[in-house]
Amino acid sequence: MLHTVNKSPFERNSLESCLRLAKKGSAILLLEDGVYAAINGTSVSDKVSGATKDNSVYVLGPDMKARGLGESQLIDGIKIVDYAGFVDLAADNDGVTPWL
Amino acid sequence: MKFGILINEGPFTHQASDTAYKFVVAALEKGHEVPRVFFYYDGVYNANKLSAPQADDRNVVKRWSDLAADKGVDLVVCIAAGLRRGIVEDNLMDGFRISGLGQLTEAAIGTDRLMMFGD
Amino acid sequence: MTEYNFETEGVKKTITYLNRKAPYGTIYALEVLESVLISAAFEQHANIVFVDDGVFQIKKDQDTADLDMKCFLPTYGIIEMEKEDADEDEDMDMNWRIIVEKESMEARGLTTDDFKIEVEVLSSAELADVLDTSDAVIGG
Repeated sequence: MLHTVNKSPFERNSLESCLRLAKKGSAILLLEDGVYAAINGTSVSDKVSGATKDNSVYVLGPDMKARGLGESQLIDGIKIVDYAGFVDLAADNDGVTPWL
Repeated sequence: MKFGILINEGPFTHQASDTAYKFVVAALEKGHEVPRVFFYYDGVYNANKLSAPQADDRNVVKRWSDLAADKGVDLVVCIAAGLRRGIVEDNLMDGFRISGLGQLTEAAIGTDRLMMFGD
Repeated sequence: MTEYNFETEGVKKTITYLNRKAPYGTIYALEVLESVLISAAFEQHANIVFVDDGVFQIKKDQDTADLDMKCFLPTYGIIEMEKEDADEDEDMDMNWRIIVEKESMEARGLTTDDFKIEVEVLSSAELADVLDTSDAVIGG
Protein backbone atom coordinates (compact mmCIF):
# COMPACT_ATOMS: atom_id res chain seq x y z
CA MET A 1 0.00 0.00 0.00
CA LEU A 2 1.17 3.50 -0.88
CA HIS A 3 0.20 6.18 1.65
CA THR A 4 0.24 9.80 0.49
CA VAL A 5 0.55 12.70 2.94
CA ASN A 6 0.05 16.22 1.57
CA LYS A 7 -0.20 18.18 4.81
CA SER A 8 2.47 19.89 6.87
CA PRO A 9 3.02 17.92 10.09
CA PHE A 10 3.11 21.26 11.93
CA GLU A 11 -0.45 22.11 10.92
CA ARG A 12 -2.39 18.84 10.75
CA ASN A 13 -2.21 15.32 12.13
CA SER A 14 -2.28 13.61 8.71
CA LEU A 15 1.32 12.39 8.99
CA GLU A 16 0.83 11.22 12.56
CA SER A 17 -2.28 9.24 11.60
CA CYS A 18 -0.55 7.83 8.54
CA LEU A 19 2.39 6.61 10.62
CA ARG A 20 0.01 5.09 13.17
CA LEU A 21 -2.13 3.31 10.59
CA ALA A 22 0.29 2.36 7.82
CA LYS A 23 1.16 -1.30 8.02
CA LYS A 24 4.84 -2.07 8.41
CA GLY A 25 6.49 -2.36 5.01
CA SER A 26 4.27 0.26 3.36
CA ALA A 27 5.46 3.03 1.07
CA ILE A 28 4.84 6.61 2.21
CA LEU A 29 5.04 9.57 -0.16
CA LEU A 30 5.29 13.11 1.22
CA LEU A 31 3.99 15.69 -1.25
CA GLU A 32 2.67 19.26 -1.40
CA ASP A 33 2.98 20.72 2.14
CA GLY A 34 3.75 17.21 3.36
CA VAL A 35 7.34 17.67 2.18
CA TYR A 36 8.12 19.76 5.27
CA ALA A 37 8.11 16.46 7.20
CA ALA A 38 11.09 15.23 5.18
CA ILE A 39 13.70 17.68 6.45
CA ASN A 40 16.23 17.40 9.23
CA GLY A 41 16.23 19.33 12.45
CA THR A 42 12.50 19.69 13.03
CA SER A 43 10.29 18.54 15.90
CA VAL A 44 9.10 15.60 13.79
CA SER A 45 12.45 14.56 12.26
CA ASP A 46 13.07 11.78 14.77
CA LYS A 47 9.62 10.34 14.21
CA VAL A 48 9.99 10.42 10.43
CA SER A 49 13.48 9.01 10.65
CA GLY A 50 12.07 6.15 12.74
CA ALA A 51 9.45 5.54 10.05
CA THR A 52 12.18 5.02 7.45
CA LYS A 53 13.24 1.90 9.38
CA ASP A 54 9.89 0.15 8.90
CA ASN A 55 8.66 1.75 5.68
CA SER A 56 9.96 3.14 2.40
CA VAL A 57 9.61 6.91 2.65
CA TYR A 58 9.64 9.11 -0.47
CA VAL A 59 9.31 12.82 -1.08
CA LEU A 60 8.10 14.56 -4.23
CA GLY A 61 11.06 16.52 -5.59
CA PRO A 62 9.17 19.27 -7.46
CA ASP A 63 7.28 20.14 -4.24
CA MET A 64 10.57 20.36 -2.29
CA LYS A 65 12.18 22.54 -4.91
CA ALA A 66 9.17 24.87 -5.03
CA ARG A 67 9.46 25.35 -1.27
CA GLY A 68 13.18 26.07 -1.25
CA LEU A 69 14.17 22.71 0.20
CA GLY A 70 17.23 20.85 -1.03
CA GLU A 71 18.46 17.29 -0.96
CA SER A 72 21.10 18.15 1.68
CA GLN A 73 18.34 18.90 4.19
CA LEU A 74 16.65 15.51 3.75
CA ILE A 75 16.41 12.98 6.57
CA ASP A 76 18.62 9.98 5.78
CA GLY A 77 16.77 7.15 4.09
CA ILE A 78 14.16 9.31 2.33
CA LYS A 79 14.24 9.04 -1.45
CA ILE A 80 13.31 11.80 -3.88
CA VAL A 81 10.91 10.99 -6.72
CA ASP A 82 9.46 13.07 -9.56
CA TYR A 83 5.90 12.77 -10.91
CA ALA A 84 6.92 9.76 -13.01
CA GLY A 85 8.28 8.17 -9.81
CA PHE A 86 4.98 8.98 -8.08
CA VAL A 87 3.15 7.09 -10.85
CA ASP A 88 5.53 4.13 -10.43
CA LEU A 89 4.90 4.07 -6.67
CA ALA A 90 1.14 4.06 -7.23
CA ALA A 91 1.43 1.30 -9.83
CA ASP A 92 3.91 -0.89 -7.94
CA ASN A 93 2.01 -0.84 -4.65
CA ASP A 94 -1.34 -2.62 -4.57
CA GLY A 95 -3.40 0.38 -3.48
CA VAL A 96 -3.24 4.00 -2.39
CA THR A 97 -4.42 5.54 0.88
CA PRO A 98 -4.66 9.33 0.88
CA TRP A 99 -4.08 11.15 4.19
CA LEU A 100 -5.54 14.54 3.42
CA MET B 1 -2.64 -0.03 -15.78
CA LYS B 2 -5.82 2.01 -15.35
CA PHE B 3 -5.85 4.97 -12.96
CA GLY B 4 -9.04 6.64 -11.73
CA ILE B 5 -8.62 10.17 -10.39
CA LEU B 6 -10.73 11.95 -7.79
CA ILE B 7 -10.27 15.70 -7.30
CA ASN B 8 -11.93 17.28 -4.30
CA GLU B 9 -10.74 20.87 -4.38
CA GLY B 10 -11.10 23.77 -6.77
CA PRO B 11 -8.24 25.33 -8.70
CA PHE B 12 -5.99 28.10 -7.35
CA THR B 13 -6.83 27.79 -3.64
CA HIS B 14 -5.41 24.29 -3.23
CA GLN B 15 -2.60 22.50 -5.02
CA ALA B 16 -4.74 19.36 -5.39
CA SER B 17 -5.80 19.97 -8.99
CA ASP B 18 -2.21 20.85 -10.02
CA THR B 19 -0.76 17.72 -8.44
CA ALA B 20 -3.48 15.59 -10.01
CA TYR B 21 -2.80 17.10 -13.44
CA LYS B 22 0.94 16.46 -13.18
CA PHE B 23 0.23 12.90 -12.05
CA VAL B 24 -2.15 12.26 -14.96
CA VAL B 25 0.29 13.65 -17.55
CA ALA B 26 3.12 11.53 -16.11
CA ALA B 27 0.91 8.42 -16.05
CA LEU B 28 -0.14 8.90 -19.69
CA GLU B 29 3.48 9.46 -20.72
CA LYS B 30 4.36 6.15 -19.14
CA GLY B 31 1.71 4.41 -21.21
CA HIS B 32 -0.88 3.98 -18.45
CA GLU B 33 -4.55 4.71 -19.03
CA VAL B 34 -6.49 7.40 -17.19
CA PRO B 35 -10.04 6.66 -18.23
CA ARG B 36 -11.75 9.03 -15.82
CA VAL B 37 -11.21 12.07 -13.64
CA PHE B 38 -14.08 12.75 -11.24
CA PHE B 39 -14.59 16.23 -9.80
CA TYR B 40 -16.31 16.35 -6.43
CA TYR B 41 -16.90 18.94 -3.66
CA ASP B 42 -15.25 22.26 -4.68
CA GLY B 43 -13.42 20.23 -7.33
CA VAL B 44 -16.35 21.05 -9.64
CA TYR B 45 -14.90 24.57 -10.04
CA ASN B 46 -12.20 23.02 -12.22
CA ALA B 47 -14.87 22.85 -14.93
CA ASN B 48 -15.93 26.53 -14.85
CA LYS B 49 -15.35 27.93 -18.33
CA LEU B 50 -15.73 31.48 -17.00
CA SER B 51 -12.44 31.07 -15.15
CA ALA B 52 -9.97 33.61 -16.58
CA PRO B 53 -6.59 33.53 -14.85
CA GLN B 54 -4.00 36.21 -15.60
CA ALA B 55 -1.75 35.67 -18.58
CA ASP B 56 1.32 34.76 -16.50
CA ASP B 57 -0.54 32.03 -14.56
CA ARG B 58 -1.39 28.49 -15.57
CA ASN B 59 -4.91 28.00 -16.90
CA VAL B 60 -6.09 25.06 -14.83
CA VAL B 61 -9.51 24.74 -16.43
CA LYS B 62 -8.19 24.91 -20.00
CA ARG B 63 -5.39 22.48 -19.18
CA TRP B 64 -7.91 19.81 -18.15
CA SER B 65 -10.05 20.56 -21.17
CA ASP B 66 -7.07 20.17 -23.51
CA LEU B 67 -6.25 16.84 -21.89
CA ALA B 68 -9.75 15.61 -22.63
CA ALA B 69 -9.43 16.73 -26.26
CA ASP B 70 -5.92 15.37 -26.81
CA LYS B 71 -5.96 12.18 -24.75
CA GLY B 72 -9.64 11.31 -24.47
CA VAL B 73 -9.75 11.53 -20.68
CA ASP B 74 -13.36 11.41 -19.43
CA LEU B 75 -13.84 14.45 -17.14
CA VAL B 76 -16.92 14.04 -14.97
CA VAL B 77 -18.39 16.73 -12.72
CA CYS B 78 -20.60 15.55 -9.86
CA ILE B 79 -24.09 16.81 -10.61
CA ALA B 80 -25.16 17.41 -7.00
CA ALA B 81 -21.89 19.11 -6.01
CA GLY B 82 -22.04 21.17 -9.22
CA LEU B 83 -25.63 22.30 -8.79
CA ARG B 84 -24.92 23.49 -5.25
CA ARG B 85 -22.02 25.57 -6.53
CA GLY B 86 -23.56 26.82 -9.75
CA ILE B 87 -21.53 24.66 -12.12
CA VAL B 88 -24.10 23.72 -14.75
CA GLU B 89 -24.20 23.11 -18.53
CA ASP B 90 -24.25 26.88 -19.21
CA ASN B 91 -20.78 27.45 -17.77
CA LEU B 92 -19.30 24.00 -18.29
CA MET B 93 -15.94 23.97 -20.06
CA ASP B 94 -15.52 21.87 -23.21
CA GLY B 95 -14.43 18.33 -22.50
CA PHE B 96 -16.26 18.05 -19.17
CA ARG B 97 -19.60 16.38 -18.64
CA ILE B 98 -22.01 16.39 -15.72
CA SER B 99 -23.16 13.14 -14.19
CA GLY B 100 -23.96 11.36 -10.94
CA LEU B 101 -21.82 10.19 -8.07
CA GLY B 102 -22.20 6.62 -9.31
CA GLN B 103 -19.54 7.53 -11.88
CA LEU B 104 -17.02 7.80 -9.04
CA THR B 105 -17.96 4.39 -7.66
CA GLU B 106 -17.69 3.01 -11.17
CA ALA B 107 -14.16 4.44 -11.48
CA ALA B 108 -13.24 2.96 -8.09
CA ILE B 109 -14.45 -0.44 -9.23
CA GLY B 110 -13.30 -0.33 -12.84
CA THR B 111 -9.73 0.96 -12.46
CA ASP B 112 -6.65 -0.65 -10.92
CA ARG B 113 -5.89 2.34 -8.69
CA LEU B 114 -8.00 5.20 -7.44
CA MET B 115 -5.93 8.32 -6.76
CA MET B 116 -7.45 11.00 -4.58
CA PHE B 117 -6.31 14.61 -4.51
CA GLY B 118 -7.81 17.03 -2.05
CA ASP B 119 -7.44 18.87 1.21
CA MET C 1 -15.90 14.88 -24.44
CA THR C 2 -15.29 11.17 -24.10
CA GLU C 3 -17.67 9.07 -22.09
CA TYR C 4 -15.81 6.02 -20.82
CA ASN C 5 -17.71 2.79 -20.24
CA PHE C 6 -16.33 0.74 -17.38
CA GLU C 7 -16.87 -2.97 -17.16
CA THR C 8 -18.10 -3.29 -13.56
CA GLU C 9 -20.42 -6.26 -13.95
CA GLY C 10 -19.24 -9.10 -11.72
CA VAL C 11 -16.30 -7.09 -10.36
CA LYS C 12 -16.16 -7.14 -6.57
CA LYS C 13 -13.91 -4.72 -4.75
CA THR C 14 -13.45 -3.53 -1.20
CA ILE C 15 -13.74 0.23 -0.92
CA THR C 16 -12.70 1.92 2.30
CA TYR C 17 -14.23 5.25 3.20
CA LEU C 18 -11.81 6.93 5.55
CA ASN C 19 -13.65 9.60 7.52
CA ARG C 20 -11.21 11.85 9.35
CA LYS C 21 -13.02 15.18 9.57
CA ALA C 22 -15.54 16.53 12.04
CA PRO C 23 -19.04 17.28 10.75
CA TYR C 24 -20.46 20.76 9.88
CA GLY C 25 -17.22 22.78 10.05
CA THR C 26 -16.51 21.47 6.56
CA ILE C 27 -18.63 19.56 4.05
CA TYR C 28 -16.33 16.54 3.73
CA ALA C 29 -18.28 14.28 6.09
CA LEU C 30 -21.57 14.69 4.25
CA GLU C 31 -20.21 14.12 0.79
CA VAL C 32 -18.31 10.98 1.81
CA LEU C 33 -21.58 9.69 3.25
CA GLU C 34 -23.32 10.25 -0.06
CA SER C 35 -20.70 8.25 -1.90
CA VAL C 36 -21.03 5.39 0.60
CA LEU C 37 -24.75 5.21 -0.10
CA ILE C 38 -24.27 5.23 -3.88
CA SER C 39 -21.82 2.33 -3.67
CA ALA C 40 -24.58 0.13 -2.20
CA ALA C 41 -26.22 0.19 -5.63
CA PHE C 42 -23.08 -1.47 -7.00
CA GLU C 43 -23.08 -4.17 -4.28
CA GLN C 44 -19.46 -3.60 -3.32
CA HIS C 45 -17.74 -4.50 -0.07
CA ALA C 46 -17.16 -1.40 2.03
CA ASN C 47 -15.33 -0.39 5.17
CA ILE C 48 -16.81 2.77 6.63
CA VAL C 49 -14.05 3.90 8.93
CA PHE C 50 -14.01 6.70 11.50
CA VAL C 51 -10.57 7.95 12.51
CA ASP C 52 -9.29 11.19 14.09
CA ASP C 53 -12.01 13.88 14.23
CA GLY C 54 -14.14 11.64 11.99
CA VAL C 55 -15.33 9.89 15.17
CA PHE C 56 -17.32 13.05 15.98
CA GLN C 57 -19.48 12.39 12.92
CA ILE C 58 -21.45 9.66 14.67
CA LYS C 59 -21.79 11.36 18.07
CA LYS C 60 -25.41 11.06 19.14
CA ASP C 61 -27.73 13.97 20.02
CA GLN C 62 -26.63 16.16 17.11
CA ASP C 63 -29.12 18.97 16.51
CA THR C 64 -28.36 21.38 13.68
CA ALA C 65 -31.66 23.29 13.78
CA ASP C 66 -30.00 26.54 14.81
CA LEU C 67 -27.46 26.29 11.99
CA ASP C 68 -30.02 25.81 9.18
CA MET C 69 -27.85 22.89 8.11
CA LYS C 70 -28.88 19.35 7.30
CA CYS C 71 -28.25 16.99 10.20
CA PHE C 72 -26.20 14.00 9.03
CA LEU C 73 -27.15 11.68 11.81
CA PRO C 74 -30.18 10.04 10.10
CA THR C 75 -27.98 9.20 7.09
CA TYR C 76 -25.68 7.14 9.30
CA GLY C 77 -28.80 5.26 10.38
CA ILE C 78 -29.48 4.46 6.71
CA ILE C 79 -25.93 3.15 6.30
CA GLU C 80 -26.39 0.98 9.37
CA MET C 81 -29.64 -0.38 7.88
CA GLU C 82 -27.97 -1.09 4.52
CA LYS C 83 -25.29 -3.01 6.36
CA GLU C 84 -27.82 -5.02 8.36
CA ASP C 85 -29.84 -5.81 5.23
CA ALA C 86 -26.70 -7.02 3.47
CA ASP C 87 -25.71 -9.13 6.49
CA GLU C 88 -29.12 -10.81 6.62
CA ASP C 89 -29.60 -11.37 2.89
CA GLU C 90 -27.76 -14.56 1.98
CA ASP C 91 -28.09 -13.90 -1.75
CA MET C 92 -26.31 -10.59 -1.42
CA ASP C 93 -22.52 -10.68 -1.63
CA MET C 94 -21.89 -7.35 0.04
CA ASN C 95 -19.95 -7.12 3.27
CA TRP C 96 -19.98 -3.77 5.03
CA ARG C 97 -18.07 -2.95 8.19
CA ILE C 98 -18.55 0.18 10.28
CA ILE C 99 -15.30 0.73 12.14
CA VAL C 100 -14.05 3.18 14.76
CA GLU C 101 -10.37 3.37 15.69
CA LYS C 102 -10.01 2.86 19.43
CA GLU C 103 -7.13 5.32 19.80
CA SER C 104 -9.01 8.14 18.04
CA MET C 105 -12.14 7.50 20.09
CA GLU C 106 -10.35 7.44 23.44
CA ALA C 107 -8.21 10.48 22.62
CA ARG C 108 -11.46 12.44 22.25
CA GLY C 109 -12.98 11.22 25.49
CA LEU C 110 -15.61 9.12 23.75
CA THR C 111 -16.93 5.61 24.30
CA THR C 112 -19.23 3.53 22.08
CA ASP C 113 -22.13 4.77 24.26
CA ASP C 114 -21.63 8.19 22.69
CA PHE C 115 -22.32 6.89 19.19
CA LYS C 116 -25.62 6.88 17.35
CA ILE C 117 -24.86 3.64 15.51
CA GLU C 118 -23.35 0.24 16.30
CA VAL C 119 -19.66 0.14 15.47
CA GLU C 120 -16.74 -2.27 15.52
CA VAL C 121 -13.92 -0.83 17.60
CA LEU C 122 -10.49 -1.76 16.26
CA SER C 123 -6.99 -0.97 17.49
CA SER C 124 -4.63 0.95 15.22
CA ALA C 125 -2.83 -2.28 14.33
CA GLU C 126 -6.09 -4.05 13.44
CA LEU C 127 -7.24 -1.07 11.38
CA ALA C 128 -3.87 -0.97 9.59
CA ASP C 129 -4.65 -4.48 8.30
CA VAL C 130 -8.09 -3.38 7.10
CA LEU C 131 -6.64 -0.42 5.21
CA ASP C 132 -3.88 -2.55 3.75
CA THR C 133 -6.34 -4.99 2.19
CA SER C 134 -8.59 -2.33 0.62
CA ASP C 135 -8.75 -2.03 -3.16
CA ALA C 136 -9.58 1.67 -3.09
CA VAL C 137 -9.55 4.22 -0.30
CA ILE C 138 -11.70 7.33 -0.46
CA GLY C 139 -10.78 9.83 2.23
CA GLY C 140 -12.59 12.85 3.51
